[in-house]
Amino acid sequence: MTAAELDRSDALRWTLPSGRSYEAVNRLVSAPLIERAAWSWRAWWIAFAVSLTFTVIFLIAVAWLFVSGIGIWGVDSTIVWGYAIANYVWWIGIGNAGTLISAMLLLMRQHWRASINRFAEAMTIFAASIAGLFPIMHLGRPLYFYWLTPYPNTMTAWPQWRSALIWDFWAILSYLLFSIIFWYVGLIPDLATLRDRARSRGGQRFYGALALGWRGSARDWHVYHVYQLTMASLAVPLVVSLHSVVGLDFAASLMPGWQETIFPPYFVVGAMYSGFALVVVLAALVRGGFGLQALITPAHFDVMAKILLAASIIMGLSYATEWFSAWYGGGRVDRDLVAYLFTGAYAPLYYAQLFCNVVLPQTFWFPIVRRSIPAVFLIAIAINIGMWLERILIIWMTLSHGFLPSMWRLFQSTIWDWLTMFGSLGLFATMYLIFVRLVPAVSMHEVKKDVIDQEVSA
Amino acid sequence: MSRMLLAEFATGEALLGAARQSKQRDLRVIDAFTPVPVDGLAELIGATPTRIRLVMFIGGITVAALFYLLEWYSAVVNYPVNSGGRPLHSWLPFILPPFATGIFGAALVGLISLFLTAGLPRLHDPLFAVEGFERVTQDRFVLVFERPEAAQHDEAARAWLTAIGAARVCEMKT
Repeated sequence: MTAAELDRSDALRWTLPSGRSYEAVNRLVSAPLIERAAWSWRAWWIAFAVSLTFTVIFLIAVAWLFVSGIGIWGVDSTIVWGYAIANYVWWIGIGNAGTLISAMLLLMRQHWRASINRFAEAMTIFAASIAGLFPIMHLGRPLYFYWLTPYPNTMTAWPQWRSALIWDFWAILSYLLFSIIFWYVGLIPDLATLRDRARSRGGQRFYGALALGWRGSARDWHVYHVYQLTMASLAVPLVVSLHSVVGLDFAASLMPGWQETIFPPYFVVGAMYSGFALVVVLAALVRGGFGLQALITPAHFDVMAKILLAASIIMGLSYATEWFSAWYGGGRVDRDLVAYLFTGAYAPLYYAQLFCNVVLPQTFWFPIVRRSIPAVFLIAIAINIGMWLERILIIWMTLSHGFLPSMWRLFQSTIWDWLTMFGSLGLFATMYLIFVRLVPAVSMHEVKKDVIDQEVSA
Repeated sequence: MSRMLLAEFATGEALLGAARQSKQRDLRVIDAFTPVPVDGLAELIGATPTRIRLVMFIGGITVAALFYLLEWYSAVVNYPVNSGGRPLHSWLPFILPPFATGIFGAALVGLISLFLTAGLPRLHDPLFAVEGFERVTQDRFVLVFERPEAAQHDEAARAWLTAIGAARVCEMKT
């Protein structure tokens, strides 16, 4: 075998030789956290300063919203939903992919997921937390959001259990708490590794407290392993039901373009799609930022691009099904809406959505594109923009073109719409940067068990 | 409790082999500590099969049933609202919140059960004081035996462990 061939075969393995031992994994993942003096954090501080600025913008936008009411947004009596609901659906969709990687790929024995599942799960938690804020901000009277919970009250009133808003509340709350448990339990053995590697007293105390005294006993590992597998089996129906409920927020209405039986599965696939695209973006950033080229290889981007390609085809099929059922159903309003998608005022955005979500990912048929990390990175960003456009257009198209022509309006975005949206990205980035600075971004014990052991024996 | 003999191995297979062979040598394995789960090790050292799945199932079903009962009580008994002629007991839409909370309930009950069986959170363990034990969470596999009372048996056990590839053998008093 020539050197070039050897390089090629190495590039498509899950680890590079420099990361192919237990100690190498420990060193690569934990060095930035416990040998801070030897590690340059300058890029981190710059990123942190920028994202903190956007977080402050988010807080100002939310504070002004709470003072003035939702009139500061572009919503009106025709287009009653706007950026808040689109952002909610977009963020909760991103919040689904961590579970996809942790649970579905675990159950399907896709061992390569071990290298990426930790930061994907963190992404899930932060994205789902931000998603949960938007419906509350959109309530109009956000101070009464706790009325969604059943509690003994002087009004002797109860929540309306037939309302999609109530389903949403319980689905998000359960999912968020579930994800936190799943994520933290996965962290415990790695926190113990950091506790045992830390040389500073502060590091030992910090990671020692978080590791809860984990010893790695074979008895504990046995229960731990069974628990993780059971959690994975539970996570899959939970995540599917969560995003189906989000789809039902729309489908349970009577509006053209919303009242479709395809909405729950279509939303689930869309969620996995945008979330997976963001995982690709974060994988490239974590890989470059922490020098983890030995553990996150082009092979990972190759398989993730294949998953994105499959999801893009399902998305295209879903769009086509919407058009077909509008035509086949024969309803005038539904047919008019499909014509409006392609010819109305929002049509350029709709074509951009189709291009980003369906056309552009078809380049993933070519291995050279899948194995180029910059190409996969850029296409993944385009997919996230396309998915955001899809979420906002689902709302705008239907509400701008409803049953009553005299009520037809176009949505006029305000500065507060944009500040809230970009501010929420800043909030996400801030939480994510704190996460990568405090806990290992890659699951050491899972990489050792699922990747290194397989690679060494292969 | 008697004194313990700790043997350190470089791989999970070496530890598994030592644990298997020790049965013929009258050495009693107490526990094993590893950086990653080793398949089949728990059974070999005599761990009882875990019932955590059953516990989670019961916990999840209980939470879901209680939530459904709450919905039924509030919508049918305590606060009946005729909403568009729909039945007060609309079981279909009522299923969604108990489903989500039931899964969370199963996860939480499982977490409590995991913590109880694994003894977490644990403030201290005498093993943490053993030199080299910190590598158990990194790359070393440690097998813990009950140390034989008689000195010559102890010597023989140490010699045998070194012969089958233990990188280090040491003892610990408790």
